[in-house]
Amino acid sequence: MTDNILNIEGLCKDRGKTRVLHDVSLTVSPGERVALLGHNGAGKSTLIKIVLGLTPGNGGTISVAGHKPGSGAARSATAFLPEAVSFHPALTGREQMKLFASLSGEKADIPGLLDRVGLGDALDRRIGTYSKGMRQRLGLAQVLLGKPQVALLDEPTSGLDPISRQDLYAIIDELADGGCAVLIASHALTEVEARTDRIAIMRKGHLVANDTLEGLSAKAGLKTRLRVRATQNADEIASQIGGTRINGASVEILCGPDEKMAELRRITALGEAVADLEITPPRLDDLYRHYAKEGVQ
Amino acid sequence: MTRFFAVARAEMRILQRNRWLLMATLIMVLFALALTFAGSAPTGSLGVDMLTVSVASMTTLSVYLAPLLALMISFDAVAGETDRGSLGLLLSYPAGRGEILLGKFAAHLAALAFAMLIGFGCAGAVAAWSGGAGPDSLIALARLIATSILLGAVFLTFGYLVSSLARSTTAAAGMSAGLWLIFVVLYDLGLLGAVVVDAGGSFTRHVFPWVMVANPADAFRLWNIAASDSVALSSGMTGAAQALPIWAAPLSLLIWPLIGFAAARGAFRRVEP
Repeated sequence: MTDNILNIEGLCKDRGKTRVLHDVSLTVSPGERVALLGHNGAGKSTLIKIVLGLTPGNGGTISVAGHKPGSGAARSATAFLPEAVSFHPALTGREQMKLFASLSGEKADIPGLLDRVGLGDALDRRIGTYSKGMRQRLGLAQVLLGKPQVALLDEPTSGLDPISRQDLYAIIDELADGGCAVLIASHALTEVEARTDRIAIMRKGHLVANDTLEGLSAKAGLKTRLRVRATQNADEIASQIGGTRINGASVEILCGPDEKMAELRRITALGEAVADLEITPPRLDDLYRHYAKEGVQ
Repeated sequence: MTRFFAVARAEMRILQRNRWLLMATLIMVLFALALTFAGSAPTGSLGVDMLTVSVASMTTLSVYLAPLLALMISFDAVAGETDRGSLGLLLSYPAGRGEILLGKFAAHLAALAFAMLIGFGCAGAVAAWSGGAGPDSLIALARLIATSILLGAVFLTFGYLVSSLARSTTAAAGMSAGLWLIFVVLYDLGLLGAVVVDAGGSFTRHVFPWVMVANPADAFRLWNIAASDSVALSSGMTGAAQALPIWAAPLSLLIWPLIGFAAARGAFRRVEP
């Protein structure tokens, strides 16, 4: 398992008498972007805190770039963007970045970094005057400090407008291209827009899924919805191809991924009788809901 | 070492920005000047110069003010970061918790020292200029400033301790106020009560001075009084000072910051952001 920069195996965590993480195993290799999804309280933030060494785990092993979590070497290799990041309001963006740069022992081009995240104009303004989105961008800028081998981003998109979110993903892609292993925690699949290589879903402290988006869709076997609009007689179409009539002129068919092409061929064979065809694949939300609500495997 | 300096530099900047440095210095100057002028009356009857009297009054002032200012500056050092949510990020950087705490301590102590130096320095200069000063009273003034900074250092570390133990800034503020009350007011009241009950018995003669010097605030008072006859004369508090060896008060005041810092570091180590 030497090619994985982040290696979590059989991790458990107790808070008081309740177990909040059950035997979680997850690996991320260099250049890979992994989304860690789950409801609030599913254990995502706890997992990240343990990887950062901020709180100890109760059993299981973790290695960060080959080091124990929380050790100096592991912390040097890791960049972290906390959920709802905040800074001291009296410092300016430049001063805060300077502090982080000296803490990590890096000589960084701070104006360049802040330009990269779109804060070039706010360089010497106090963080107290920043908007939520600007603070989030500053948080992202400190992730880029140095060359992290592992980046842990906890809800990085919260408080960002759609354009900023696009910028964020561009930066994450850049990080990954540079060989950084990126773990993005989020509470919904739509938030990460599936722009990740692999998706891990947590539910009540258990890891219930860990696969690519395609793999997850195939395993979930969610139905694709085909809606056929009839030129004249919807009843006739319904009787020929099955499915349910949903209004005067349309018929709806639900089919699995492997039946889809066969269904389509049958529909096109009807020729003139079909006026229009609408295909709705399962949405990211449906997929996430399927895994997050499903019983523990 | 660069990490320690980086934390100290940022903290120093914060103290300047939020006007804490200015306010603390102003408070020190105002109180010290007020006491110097109010205490200028008994100069003639005691046969000492005015600076000596001024130092004696300022010693009494500093017992209350140095711990208060120190706690005000330090109580949210950890709890404030936890409340704001910035502690987790700070601790994810490869700087040790001791290093971070020491950096904050250095900045806070420097700010406190600045306020003391300016405040007592101004009052001392005014007293010396208007009522005369000798080498003795100048040394007493220097001792007052140095011991005030030490006393401040003790209570800075106490502030970090409660800040690490408390779950919120509000709780930390409350605990700081309680700590101040205990060390500065209630401890002495309790001792006074014990002495009255004991009525000159062996407790008063043998145990009491040691119990007293164990409190950093009293050690501060004793050090300033024991070291200067004329200050002792004008403050009227010599009994306890004479019962103790000369090193007792300085030892107590020098060792407390170390104990306090170790305790604060121990508590900070267990903080989970």
